[in-house]
Amino acid sequence: MNDLTMRIDGKEVGAAEGMTVLTAARGAGIEIPTLCHHDSLEPYGGCRLCLVEVTERGWSRHVVACVYPAKDGLEVRTRTERIDRIRKGILELLLARAPNSPILRELGEEYGADPDRFEGEGSFCIHCGLCVRYCAEVKKAHAVGFVDRGVRREIAFIPEIATRVCESCKECFPLCPTSYLQAAWVLVKSLATPA
Amino acid sequence: MKGTELCAPAADLEEIDRIIDRYRDEKGSLIQVLLTIQAEHHWLPREVLSRVAERLSVPLTRVLHLATFATAFSRIPRGRPEVHVCTGTACHVRGAPRVLSTIEELTGIQPGETDLDLRYSLETVNCLGCCALGPVVEIDGKIHGKVSIAKTEDVLKSCE
Repeated sequence: MNDLTMRIDGKEVGAAEGMTVLTAARGAGIEIPTLCHHDSLEPYGGCRLCLVEVTERGWSRHVVACVYPAKDGLEVRTRTERIDRIRKGILELLLARAPNSPILRELGEEYGADPDRFEGEGSFCIHCGLCVRYCAEVKKAHAVGFVDRGVRREIAFIPEIATRVCESCKECFPLCPTSYLQAAWVLVKSLATPA
Repeated sequence: MKGTELCAPAADLEEIDRIIDRYRDEKGSLIQVLLTIQAEHHWLPREVLSRVAERLSVPLTRVLHLATFATAFSRIPRGRPEVHVCTGTACHVRGAPRVLSTIEELTGIQPGETDLDLRYSLETVNCLGCCALGPVVEIDGKIHGKVSIAKTEDVLKSCE
């Protein structure tokens, strides 16, 4: 099964073909922070927080561990000064969107991120896509999706489907790293079924 | 939806079905279907998107994502003709802002808007690739070059 051997933070780690760096690292008990990863969903690479440094044939570069395939002889470093600096920047940008998210605050403290570095955007959604992907891949209900693009991108429930399936499911709620998803649901529910 | 019924005719679902059937068994047909509907109906009403999703067996979330992603698609009724004013760098320095404000005055609409009678849709674009002709106004695929303020009204009228 373990036909590939990598070095992650100096530790020999076995991995199988088709695994990502993230799954190999976690299998060996090495923690890499993630926001958009979920074990039962396809790799997404949305939050970029699992960024690591890989060295291959003498060349090193930064990649995101959750989509980078495990390779034989790969050398991975999960925490360097530079990685910490990049993660701090990512967290500061995410905190501008969702300043009260407990998981973001916790990670922000760990990496010394300043929550007020960027002006708040107040959208509360960090576009991790967990709800959208969970609904599509696991539940196959497609009740929530992304609309628009760029700075206007947001999640949107399809009222016709949501009013039918969401009330009895709500499995995506605990996945949301902020509380935006619940808020969006309450809004669409009150619009679709006025009291 | 009352407001849109007032000015835009309800979409003919039979016609929509014919467009869907044209591309039905092709891979990646969704974008082609939406482009054809957009070209023929000038906008993508919600019930049309639902129909496309249903007939192509594609989740409505994906249809909505695509329809809101590309600027080629419009979720609000579009007028005929569609007036595109180039505000790219070359056209800008050659006086596009003045042409644009003249058109705004003549039609009474702002970029991104359509007038109530669906007579015009106004849009700014960034470059039409013929900077030597600037300022350029494109109306329903026809390029009008070296548009001056005096010529603007004639250009608009020529397309009615």
